[in-house]
Amino acid sequence: MAKIKIDKDRCKGCYLCVVNCPNALIKISESMNVKGVKAAYFSGSSKCTGCAMCAVICPDCGITVFK
Amino acid sequence: MKNTKKAVKKTGKISAGHSKDTAFESGLAFARPESLREAENHYCAGCGHGIIHRLICEVIDEFKIREKVIAVAPVGCAVIAYDYWDFDVAEAAHGRTPAVATGIKRVRPGSIVFTYQGDGDLAAIGTAEIIHTANRGENITVIFVNNGVYGMTGGQMAPTTLAGQKTSTTIHGRSLRREGYPLKVLEMLAVLPGTKYLERVSVHSSHEVLRAKRAIKKAFQMQIENKGFSMVEVLSMCPTYWGMPPIQAADRIKNEVSTFYPLGVIKSC
Amino acid sequence: MKNKILMCGNEACGEGAMLAGCTFYAGYPITPQNELTAYMAKRMYETSGVFIQAESELAAINMVFGAACAGARAMTSSSSPGISLKQEGISYMAGCELPCVIVNMQRGGPGLGNIAPSQGDYFQAVKGGGHGDYKLIVLAPASAQELMDYTQFAFELADKYRNPVMILGDGLLGQMMEPVSIPAAKDEPRIFEKPWALTGCRGRKPNIIRSLILAEGALEEHNKRLQEKFKLITQSEVKSEALNIKDSDIVLVAYGSVARIARASMEMARAKGLKVGLIRPVTVWPFPDKTIEDACVSAKKFLVVEMSAGQMVEDVRLAVNGRVPVEFYGRMGGGIPSEEEILSRIEATSRL
Repeated sequence: MAKIKIDKDRCKGCYLCVVNCPNALIKISESMNVKGVKAAYFSGSSKCTGCAMCAVICPDCGITVFK
Repeated sequence: MKNTKKAVKKTGKISAGHSKDTAFESGLAFARPESLREAENHYCAGCGHGIIHRLICEVIDEFKIREKVIAVAPVGCAVIAYDYWDFDVAEAAHGRTPAVATGIKRVRPGSIVFTYQGDGDLAAIGTAEIIHTANRGENITVIFVNNGVYGMTGGQMAPTTLAGQKTSTTIHGRSLRREGYPLKVLEMLAVLPGTKYLERVSVHSSHEVLRAKRAIKKAFQMQIENKGFSMVEVLSMCPTYWGMPPIQAADRIKNEVSTFYPLGVIKSC
Repeated sequence: MKNKILMCGNEACGEGAMLAGCTFYAGYPITPQNELTAYMAKRMYETSGVFIQAESELAAINMVFGAACAGARAMTSSSSPGISLKQEGISYMAGCELPCVIVNMQRGGPGLGNIAPSQGDYFQAVKGGGHGDYKLIVLAPASAQELMDYTQFAFELADKYRNPVMILGDGLLGQMMEPVSIPAAKDEPRIFEKPWALTGCRGRKPNIIRSLILAEGALEEHNKRLQEKFKLITQSEVKSEALNIKDSDIVLVAYGSVARIARASMEMARAKGLKVGLIRPVTVWPFPDKTIEDACVSAKKFLVVEMSAGQMVEDVRLAVNGRVPVEFYGRMGGGIPSEEEILSRIEATSRL
């Protein structure tokens, strides 16, 4: 099963990962990270294919993908 | 992170989006390229520079040329790129980047030399240098980041700013009559016999990012094969000085910027 | 064993660079230094070095910046208006502590001026020229032979101190044909290790060459270190010639081509019984303050002669520090003082 790990405190809140996930599995957190940003988080769904579309668009190299 | 990288090399498992050479630990399908330092970048949220920095590092790792690379950084938002790249870097004066790269490459033809330049650096103050470096057919690679504004200095008009676009120095929008036309550098360079590979790409979506990487890889390939001057123009988001959220900025490239600056190979010999 | 051949100063300067093991030259045409660019084109072709005719002075100095980054002995040359254009790059090189040699065959100014000899760029050469607190080591040869010898030496100084070095000549020196002795067997140039150079990071941490230093207080520390280096150069590298200083009433001070004319005037004055000496700074930065100070023991007056409105005279006055009067005679805009002109100024000065 594929999954991703988002480094919460690297996230600047651009949410490009959110719109680029083909299965809409990335959500926006309600709480703030160290930057005062509502970081993106992985919803943990088993629908993740590990396509890495989120990671390739992340300008902050904050997403690791496992397959 | 370091431990995982070491572990990976042993397993040598290959995953999507990665070459055989930057292998990963079992199951790891995407991680930071080795040539990109751990340091968090200083760029604004949704800025394309971070993506482009990483793509260059991925390509360098895939070609295994990190120890042969000498980069020339510009003046502009990417002025401290040397804090992010884990290879030799010279920091040039504004716009003189290709001249510095020329000096380095001529002295060390065996090195892989690339410049990283913004639209102010390359298309305004450094116009003469880029044209003549291209025309001499210097065997270097140029990564040209076109986001249509001066970011570092506070969002002034760039030569590439679109007609009607509002900036801090075109407060009612760029007027073609007053400020002239946005400069299409690649099309201009394409007429020079010295240029061998010119492509325009974008980083506004994951799909385009993957295409951008292929273009950057091709540009480095050209240099490795001693084929001459190669340049990739990357349309990039500047949400801060476009005055819009990152997602909207990405859409702006798709719907507006890329219609004026068409994506694709401009020239390939 | 030496070969003596007839060369113009510009060519002799180029040969000095070749003797020093210069492997990279970038330049842009400007009179009166074109023979140097042409000579380097020829010699680099013969020796498989790099010659680039750049698109501008800006590009030329920045190509030299790149070549120096890569560890080469690199040179550029120009004349006054072109040297103004190079100032940005020179400041960056001083900030990055990159060695290189820059030749300025000065011509009349300001602006486009003319193509006749001048010494109007003295301030620009010795006070910094570009932005920021920095110094160039500035050598002022006075003959074709010295242009060769001091250009060769300039590369060693540049590498030793990791600092740009300027050869401050003028159109007269550059164009003048004189016999020059070239060593028949080329001595191996003194090589300096350059662990800081950009060579690719194989087996070491990446090298970064930059003059941008943003961390709080770090730029001040960098500047302090640069100033320490400049102090060391001031203590170690001053060169000058002093003639007839011990018994002189009037001491002439002149550099470069004017020093040669002043020397003839000094001899004419001595023939007339006037006690005249001459100090000729060879390094105009660092300036030979001590030699000037020492001359104050016997000198009643100084007479500074330049092809300018009075630039080096300020440094002489600083060294003399009010002990005795300092007079000035200058020609501008391409005017060259004759021996007789200087002699008559000496006579006038001695009567005052």
